[in-house]
Amino acid sequence: MEFPVHAPELTCPAGGLPALKAAVDNGADCVYVGFRDETNARAFNGLNFDAATLREGIAYAHRHRRKVLVALNTFPPAAKWAQWTRAVDLAAELGVDAVICADLALIGYAARTHPELRLHLSVQASATNYEAINFYHDHFGIRRAVLPRVLSVAQVEHTIARTPVEIEVFGYGSLCVMVEGRCTLSAYATGESPNCQGVCSPAKAVRWEQLPNGMRTRLNGFMIDEFGADERPGYPTLCKGRFEVQGETYYALEEPASLNTLELLPELVRIGVRAIKIEGRQRSPAYVAQVTRVWREAIDRCVAAPSAYVPAPAALAELNRLSEGQTQTLGAYSRPWR
Amino acid sequence: MRPPGAMPKLPQFTLPRVVAKIVSRLPPQPPALALTAALDWGIGRVVSRESVEPLIGRRFALVVRDLGLAVHFEGTPRGFRRAKPPFDPELSVAATLRDFIALGLREEDPDTLFFARRLAIEGDTELGLTVKNLLDGIDWQRALEGVWPPSFLKARTTAFTG
Repeated sequence: MEFPVHAPELTCPAGGLPALKAAVDNGADCVYVGFRDETNARAFNGLNFDAATLREGIAYAHRHRRKVLVALNTFPPAAKWAQWTRAVDLAAELGVDAVICADLALIGYAARTHPELRLHLSVQASATNYEAINFYHDHFGIRRAVLPRVLSVAQVEHTIARTPVEIEVFGYGSLCVMVEGRCTLSAYATGESPNCQGVCSPAKAVRWEQLPNGMRTRLNGFMIDEFGADERPGYPTLCKGRFEVQGETYYALEEPASLNTLELLPELVRIGVRAIKIEGRQRSPAYVAQVTRVWREAIDRCVAAPSAYVPAPAALAELNRLSEGQTQTLGAYSRPWR
Repeated sequence: MRPPGAMPKLPQFTLPRVVAKIVSRLPPQPPALALTAALDWGIGRVVSRESVEPLIGRRFALVVRDLGLAVHFEGTPRGFRRAKPPFDPELSVAATLRDFIALGLREEDPDTLFFARRLAIEGDTELGLTVKNLLDGIDWQRALEGVWPPSFLKARTTAFTG
């Protein structure tokens, strides 16, 4: 299985300047970041960049010949439109390498106002087929699309073959119910949604309660899970809660799990995936350093000799240690029954 | 993978139970004073005054499980102060001494320790996230420039960022 290979760009998360530097120092090709407000889907207190820190981060990345991408991937409410367009303007002014957008009107604004600014289509746009992606390309000139995590490898390959747009896929990190851009689960419990307010579970609504033999999680008063002393918890989102359904208590929506596609790497390279995204802007610089280092080594080794590549056991163990929940999965990429 | 000159990775350890038995009988004031003095030193040097404003008027507990130590302190407009009983922390963070050191050195990720049940957070989650993101946002190399010589810093801050 030898084939012409194009190394996918390793795209790593950063919630702050130290994490950005950790990503660059450990081999990320691109670092994606957000501003300190709800214009991005990780709008947590104290996380993210203001203009000064992003300017410094861009300078650091460019000094090392790496790229900085800014996620502006939430949907502006009508009353706050100017806040989102100002964020596009600021990103352009600071000289970012691309913005990652989801909202159709915001993409239109960016394309119209900053024609030189490279546009990536966010996973939040939920474009799952090449017709949708080509629409964004034809009308707004988007250069890259991040695929929602609902497609099998064969479907990703099918998409890549039919679009001039570069395709980026998620490689590692926490999973959700994957109705990106359309999820209203947390809005049901808290009145806030990831799509508009930029958080699945606003921290002010989350309570962890220590019990004598475990821990209980509440979201805005709703009990969403209870863990035994040795059980690994997930993030406190409604989709990952355990609920009583017809007399049975279980993960009724989805089990907390982390995506890990390290073993699919030769396949992703073969079908022409142009970038691999690591989830986790909410995580610390330590996580960013550890995950980036593992993936850099894996991509370099895979590209050098794809047919000889197998994931290193130590790398799998490290990613397993860092992951959320009790299991790791290949997600929708592997559907052997199809 | 660690660059030459960087510090070795912190080994796994838990203090013997006897340590907690002894420490829990000692007066709690000295560790609380040491911690609050260290935090105060960092304001304006390591973190900006504005960034610690959300911590003013808030009550914290830092529990070092294997040391048998619970440090109660609070943020005030004039810096951090030891809290007086009865304690009623709004945010309580608990881990072993080793894991707190590893978090400080950025060898461990707090979410990873949380998922592994080695770090417990109770109380106001928003306050907890504010503190975590404040600490994660510290650029140690820059913060400590001028305090220690660059050659000393280089090795240590390389260790922080892996």
